[in-house]
Amino acid sequence: MIQLTTPVSEADVRSLKVGDEVAITGTVFTGRDAVHKYLHEGGLLPPGVSFQGGVLYHCGPVIIKDEQDSWKCVAAGPTTSIREEPYQWQVIRDFGLRGVIGKGGMGERTVEACKQYGCVYLHAVGGAAQVLAECIKRVPNVYFMEQFGAPEAIWEFQVVSFPAVVTIDAHGNSLHKEVLAVSQAELAKYL
Amino acid sequence: MNVLQDSLLELIRRTSTEIPDDVHKAILGALEREKQGTIAASAMKIIEQNIALAKTKSQPICQDTGSIIFYVDCPMGFDQIGFEQAAREAVKMATRKGFLRQNSVDSITGRNDGTNVGPGSPILHFHQHAPEEVSVRLVLKGGGCENVGAQYSLPNEKLKANRDMDGCRKVILDAVLQAQGKGCGPGILGVCIGGDRATGYEFSKQQFLRKLEDSNPNPDLDKLERDIVDTANKLGIGPMGFGGRTTLLGAKIGVLNRLPASYFVSISYMCWAYRRQGVALDFAGRIQKWLY
Repeated sequence: MIQLTTPVSEADVRSLKVGDEVAITGTVFTGRDAVHKYLHEGGLLPPGVSFQGGVLYHCGPVIIKDEQDSWKCVAAGPTTSIREEPYQWQVIRDFGLRGVIGKGGMGERTVEACKQYGCVYLHAVGGAAQVLAECIKRVPNVYFMEQFGAPEAIWEFQVVSFPAVVTIDAHGNSLHKEVLAVSQAELAKYL
Repeated sequence: MNVLQDSLLELIRRTSTEIPDDVHKAILGALEREKQGTIAASAMKIIEQNIALAKTKSQPICQDTGSIIFYVDCPMGFDQIGFEQAAREAVKMATRKGFLRQNSVDSITGRNDGTNVGPGSPILHFHQHAPEEVSVRLVLKGGGCENVGAQYSLPNEKLKANRDMDGCRKVILDAVLQAQGKGCGPGILGVCIGGDRATGYEFSKQQFLRKLEDSNPNPDLDKLERDIVDTANKLGIGPMGFGGRTTLLGAKIGVLNRLPASYFVSISYMCWAYRRQGVALDFAGRIQKWLY
């Protein structure tokens, strides 16, 4: 398991390769469909949010207020990333992301952006909302709650040893492309 | 809260936080099959830990608590309007308690009022039956797996799929290939051969009420179900699409008559976080037994 601490340097990101298992510690911001469309259309990040050297998490968590009136993350697995394919390359380019956590993989434009700007796609286990919520130690802030609703808001998470696998590295490799090609060839044998 | 609301809240809580035994058994089998030291085996281990943790903490297995689909079998004279009201209240309560995510969005304005109640949510299917008993089954189906569902119209020239069982097999396997890991595999397929576009998809989802270990009473469909699972598991898509030995945990196929002009094959994909539970209720709405 490779330890990855935010802010992440370009050198750290470039040293990762497809298949590496990583544990992420530090600050992670969530952002999914509404946030990506908003940024793509020229929206600005709210004061207090910076993606420079940062890690973005495709996630719409279940969060409630606890007895002390603090946010408590009840469940927080990844959402399907491919929906952000039209926007992700631009968010990587314009906001300095070093890592994107999600599930299901992403397409060619994101693979290219990862290579060009130094970013990796980190695949978390889809549906594993409890194991992943355990790694979220604190939820200091939320942004765009009113505008986008709870699942689509930008949540700020303090995470410790959040597990993920590098499935798109910063060298143009994608596990998703490989598995698709292998499975396509296999299926042809059985038709 | 009345008795029925309490029972439905408990049904929602248990469906969201505990995987049914038949599914758990299949997941443990998949965990054993994956080669040790691979990322597929790591993913299956995390899945297994997650199932245990969700149950212990009584918190959602997956944060996408999905479409809320009730299937109600009820006797003649049953108060469906009262049931619907109780179901809506139970959904609101379950959302406040964090068993369900605030998951229902106005499609035009994008507004999420945080209640999970609105047009199309929750979904209720009533079916009248002869016994006095009321049984309520609940499926929570997440959006990631819903998005990889597919409906094919046969013949399909590109896939060389004709209007026969072999054509059905080809399009079902194509759906598995297209889904890759995006639907949170290892998955379970619900399939309907025939019907119109709406009933086809609806009936494909109803297949998820079947237990994984059952056999299809129709020998042709039984054979196809087994073949789909065996073949899919040779493709190397694996858990999460990481590559590996288990791509599907099951396939359940139903059939409806069709019009001479139409031949639809409708495929719903269920993620490994297969949340399905049911209860038999007495006259007062108290839980008599659990159905899975």
